[in-house]
Amino acid sequence: MRPFNLSGIGGFLAKQGILVAFALFIIGFTIANERFLAPDNIMGVVRSSAILGVMALGVTFVVISGNLDLSVGSMMSFATIVVLDLHDQIGPALAIPSMYAMVLCLGAFIGFLVGYLKLNSLIVTLGMLSAIHGLTLTYSGGKNMDIADKEGTWFSMFGQSDALGIPIPILLFALVASVLGIVLAKTPFGRKVYAVGGNGTAATFSGIQRARVVFTCYLMSAFCVATAGLIQASRSLGSQNTVGQGLELEVLAAVILGGASLLGGSGTIFKTVIGVLILGFIQNGLLLVGLQFYVQYVVTWIIIILAVWLDVAAKRGKLWSPIA
Amino acid sequence: MSSQTPALRLEGIVKTFPGVRALDNVSFDVMPGEVHALMGENGAGKSTLMKVLGGIYQPDEGRIVVNEQPVVMTSPLQAKSKGIMFIHQELSLAEELSVAENIYLGELPKKSFGRVDWQKLYSETNEILGRLKVGFDAKTKVGDLSIANQQMVEIARALTVEAKAVIFDEPTASLTDAEKVVLFDVIGDLKTHGVGIIYISHRMEEIFRITDRISVLRDGQYRGTLETPETDEEEVTQLMIGRKLDLSRNVSHHELGDVALEVRGLECGKLFHNVSFSVCRGEVVGFYGLVGAGRTEIAETLFGLRDPTAGQILLDGQETTIHSPADAIEKGISLVPEDRKGQGLVLGMNCRDNMTLPQVNDLKAGPFVAEGAEIAIFDQYRDRLDIRTPGWKQLVGNLSGGNQQKIVIGKWLSMHPNILIVDEPTRGIDVGSKSEIHNLIRELASQGYAVIVISSEMPEVLHVSDRIIAMFNGEIIRTFTSDEVTEDNLIQAISGIIPEKVA
Repeated sequence: MRPFNLSGIGGFLAKQGILVAFALFIIGFTIANERFLAPDNIMGVVRSSAILGVMALGVTFVVISGNLDLSVGSMMSFATIVVLDLHDQIGPALAIPSMYAMVLCLGAFIGFLVGYLKLNSLIVTLGMLSAIHGLTLTYSGGKNMDIADKEGTWFSMFGQSDALGIPIPILLFALVASVLGIVLAKTPFGRKVYAVGGNGTAATFSGIQRARVVFTCYLMSAFCVATAGLIQASRSLGSQNTVGQGLELEVLAAVILGGASLLGGSGTIFKTVIGVLILGFIQNGLLLVGLQFYVQYVVTWIIIILAVWLDVAAKRGKLWSPIA
Repeated sequence: MSSQTPALRLEGIVKTFPGVRALDNVSFDVMPGEVHALMGENGAGKSTLMKVLGGIYQPDEGRIVVNEQPVVMTSPLQAKSKGIMFIHQELSLAEELSVAENIYLGELPKKSFGRVDWQKLYSETNEILGRLKVGFDAKTKVGDLSIANQQMVEIARALTVEAKAVIFDEPTASLTDAEKVVLFDVIGDLKTHGVGIIYISHRMEEIFRITDRISVLRDGQYRGTLETPETDEEEVTQLMIGRKLDLSRNVSHHELGDVALEVRGLECGKLFHNVSFSVCRGEVVGFYGLVGAGRTEIAETLFGLRDPTAGQILLDGQETTIHSPADAIEKGISLVPEDRKGQGLVLGMNCRDNMTLPQVNDLKAGPFVAEGAEIAIFDQYRDRLDIRTPGWKQLVGNLSGGNQQKIVIGKWLSMHPNILIVDEPTRGIDVGSKSEIHNLIRELASQGYAVIVISSEMPEVLHVSDRIIAMFNGEIIRTFTSDEVTEDNLIQAISGIIPEKVA
């Protein structure tokens, strides 16, 4: 069979496949339920995507540098549990920086293993996924963690308050996205991240210290995870040990959906934000249409596989390629 | 020859890609028992033509005729079933499998219940290997073989079927001279069996040694076919690039400056030892030797990629240690590496970003990269090196080999180094760009750069160097001035033959 070629309108659809699919979803959901495009629903979706979104920003750096980070989910649980526990022990003003320091240490450790020891990032972060989960359970003794005085603490502002009518989680997401977006697109460091992910050997031959760049990417990922943990803890003021479980795959899904290549060297913060929002709106739409919550797991991944397929198809100009 | 029917004929092939007419009415044929060279600059359309032949691209117009029967090629496997075999420049072997398994991959001989008939497999493979006179057997793991021997496995594949035509794409790129001789014997053998051979290569010397006819492509168009015995390099080159190529000896002797780099007794494990030489400002020193003689390793040591185990490096008379590439760059050393795509460029990045990569830390406006300054640098070197690209936003991966190499050279020139090391500066580059790069190297020396050129091509070394250092097996055998050197004594030196009166 002859693989048919993509050109003209077909090529355009394939190249913009993800946006086209997104538009179709929006139209479909809006017809099914007019509440979908209501302002409060939109705000709700962005707000509930903020935690995932902040994590995806850091992982974008790691992925562009040519590595993976599967530890972000259990690291986020760790951050949440730690900051809630310390809140009652040393007060929120000290708890927050302490939690950031601890999470950054974990990020530095992963960065050391992947960057300086040159271990495979999939193995390292898969191992850390499990190890950090164990660490969290050891820390909490397996119990849920709750703040004693839930009414009287200012700690709840990061997850529950508004400023200028916009929820703080959204503002934090926007702030971190803007700063990291500029870092990636405009600074020498950002340029080096693309070079290391695009061709690590060529980066070394250009005098770039590859290990240091990879190390810093994992630090940034850890910083984002700590921020996500802060929002999560502040929103619920109590948490299970498994609050971040499974998020690592959703984060990765958002990054891929945005169009970053898992081989490294491509992707942007803006695209990741789009990926996060698409994921959020699709999940919300499925609920509004009245489907069971679990259906989203199936649909989300079907969409991701479709998006990746269209992306590959657009690059090679054919929908399928049985030969090579 | 006219009474014979061609083994393979391409008629009026046209292939267009968006914006490019890659092949414009190309016709080409190869007779049984003939070696037909296909030549052209990079981007002339040779690869596209071969992909059409192999069924990877479908031609827009024209047809392929095998033994006077028109065929439509849809895949390399189908081409193989028609007796057309490809031997690629880039190896496509499964390293973990044995030689025999690689050769018969996809069509292993079977016994009952789908079991592999190992005995038959090994005996048939050994028979083919015997014809190739190689020093390994059917059970050897491919990953344990040298690149040259892997190439031989690739060639052995072509001998498994009754081939009508075999296409060799730059087969000698990674072979030593001795191995080339074996390859040419194999080609001669195929010839006497009446197989038509298409031989793609940039190397004139080989073309004139083994081919019967030469066809030339330029800009996707067929420019003519010459009978090899009746033509010469000059005519072929002119057909390829539309003008003459200057490959005379380097005779320009300008004033040399101070010694920029001196190396004393440098050693790096078993890779090279007791290496001493110096390079002055304004001088081009050529390093010539066989693959594996230790030349690239010396360059990598000077660039901080390897730690020397003994010896001294002196820059401008001061002893120094070079810890890393960043350190080397700091000290004014630049290296244009051997492997352009693997080491020199980030193919998925644009031209400007590639060019300014080593200095991106220094080009700052506040905390940000000064993109205006970057574009200025790119424009300057694009003009100076005549880099042909639609603009700085173009991805480097889309440029031709010659233009890619110029981006790498531009990248290092823009660092204003004192010492410029270029490793195989024209590998895989077409003749036209080659001579531009040679002229550039000469010009840089006359501007006061100290230049080291590492090359495996003798005409290149002879053309650009003021002095030539011949290496063999990790040692410097002899240093020649451009007056002393002859092709004979240079070949002797790199083969480890030391004449009685060594300088």
